[in-house]
Amino acid sequence: MTDVIDDSIPPPPLTLDLLAGPSRRRLKERLISAVFFAAAIVSVIISVLIMFSLVREAWTFITGVDWGVTWGEAGWFPRRGLYDMPTLLVSSVIVTVVAMLVAGPLGLGSAIYLSEYASRRTRSILKPVLEVLAGVPSVVLGFFALFFISPQLIERIGRNAWLLIGALIIVTYAAVVALWARRQFAEATVARAVIIKRVVWLTVFVAGGLLLAWWVLSVAGEADAFAVKRSGQLAAAAVGVGILTIPLVASVAEDALASVPRELREASAGLGARQATTTVQVVLPAAVSGIVAAFIIGISRALGETMVVFMAGGAADAAQFTSSPFDGGLTMTAGMASLATGTDNVVGEGLTFQSLYFVGLVLFLLTLLLNIVAGRFVARVRERY
Amino acid sequence: MADLTTAIAVKESTLTTEHALSPDSGPVSDDMVFQTRDLSVYYGDFRAVRDVELAIPERQITALIGPSGCGKSTVLRSFNRMNDLIPTARVDGTLLYRGVDLYADRVDPVEVRRRIGMVFQKPNPFPKSIFDNVAYGPRIAGIRKKGELNDIVEASLHKAALWDEVKDRLSASATGMSGGQQQRLCIARAIASSPDVLLMDEPCSALDPIATARIEDLMAELKNDYTIMIVTHNMQQAARVSDRTAFFTAEVDIHTDQRTGLLVEYDLTTTIFSNPADERTENYITGRFG
Repeated sequence: MTDVIDDSIPPPPLTLDLLAGPSRRRLKERLISAVFFAAAIVSVIISVLIMFSLVREAWTFITGVDWGVTWGEAGWFPRRGLYDMPTLLVSSVIVTVVAMLVAGPLGLGSAIYLSEYASRRTRSILKPVLEVLAGVPSVVLGFFALFFISPQLIERIGRNAWLLIGALIIVTYAAVVALWARRQFAEATVARAVIIKRVVWLTVFVAGGLLLAWWVLSVAGEADAFAVKRSGQLAAAAVGVGILTIPLVASVAEDALASVPRELREASAGLGARQATTTVQVVLPAAVSGIVAAFIIGISRALGETMVVFMAGGAADAAQFTSSPFDGGLTMTAGMASLATGTDNVVGEGLTFQSLYFVGLVLFLLTLLLNIVAGRFVARVRERY
Repeated sequence: MADLTTAIAVKESTLTTEHALSPDSGPVSDDMVFQTRDLSVYYGDFRAVRDVELAIPERQITALIGPSGCGKSTVLRSFNRMNDLIPTARVDGTLLYRGVDLYADRVDPVEVRRRIGMVFQKPNPFPKSIFDNVAYGPRIAGIRKKGELNDIVEASLHKAALWDEVKDRLSASATGMSGGQQQRLCIARAIASSPDVLLMDEPCSALDPIATARIEDLMAELKNDYTIMIVTHNMQQAARVSDRTAFFTAEVDIHTDQRTGLLVEYDLTTTIFSNPADERTENYITGRFG
């Protein structure tokens, strides 16, 4: 490095103006900051206004309604003045639970695969595909649920509900036997261990065989098994909602798994653990709060999904109370959607219009609560590492 | 990759060459735990370390020293196939563990790591209880009896000089311990799987001098039961604890600007530090570079 400072020219004297810089620059900074502030404040104002209109109309309903018609009636018949909330609530719970039975295992499974097993190449293909699934318009999923899931899957299971119950019993039995065997193994002699192993395998084979036979018989018993029907049930809509929710659960769960330090995986591998052992014993427990958050966010999403349940839920405008996923029904969202269509019928019939806002408020509060709880869990993941 | 028979043949030929140790530096024979020949480790096309020739004797401490980027950790990790976790990593040459080629096709890295335990640079206890940390290895090896696990955990914590400090809070979380305690817990956890060899990758670099001294004392104890290899950037540590020292350095390729590590010299620690054969070793230990 050569000396670039020339001593012959004295530096100019430092003045306050030199340090202050051009005032135009400061003005520009302030202007830019004001524009962004405006954008932020407008978003907040819009949200507040939405809340205001929601609460105002809901308040009209709350103060004006005869509370007897909101609980224990035959169903949700808003145009006849029967606003049975349990009808909507139970349907929403059914849809959410069934959707999470689909999205939970599949979402968490994809997350585990992507985070723990997939090579960089596989990951670079699979992840965008999963993100595309997140971008599928829900109306498409609604159509799919109505014309495929409903007739091909749900109606068959529905007509053979005993099959489902039987399958659940068999699976539970097999699980109990497996758990029992695991306990016994610790104290077992070699000879006993062999017998226990045989019992477990026999159980697995018998259970699997029975399940398969049942399934085959039930499908063979239907001559019109592949005929397309237009119907819809809560369960069909729920499976559709579940499919829509998979990418969300997968992405949040994958973030949680990725935040588990590599050192823990190395420690486990260094002790001679297989990949599956490391995943189950170390990575999943370390990421548990993030995974719980993923499920809660998924629940919140499933609860709020509208188009799929509106199209494939199997009820329009009104619904009888039902607690069976194989019936048609109205969720809170679908109930609101049906009310919001056919406006000329709605307005002027007592509190029918306002009931829409009341349901909306209940849904909003539920979702808000779930998101707050999920946020707590996510924060816990961040704190720990 | 050489199969088992050629691997053994290679091993016998290595024994007759004089590359490993001078005659007065101890026996070069079947009781060597590891023997390597022309060992190179690649990341993709890039050769990270080359020409590693080492014979690691039983129940001694062998230190790998050298400036950063010389590949000493990479070499250490090839001894229990931890490099397998890096998708692009590949090992070339022969690495015999008690006469068996560690990189033969049929070898399961999981089996290797159950015999060759590892302690890492940063203490990495699982976010579980102290007991569950130590019991992790035995449990995944299939030990489920409570009594047996208790015995193993107690013995391992004793060996790691940690029992007296934690015996009353075995169910407390391991993440609440001090760094030095965590590292001794990691040593206890490695010992609990009753390994044959312990690999230590800069085990004291995240610890204060007092905790470091405790780990060094512990290593002197452990050497009665285990063969230990330690990577350290601390020359004094190598001089204090090890019986043998391997000095690595890095060469920069002037065309690609990539650094490839290589083994310069491997001998008794006393020899390396008092009378090194290679000028580069002498320059390093006298502090002229690195």
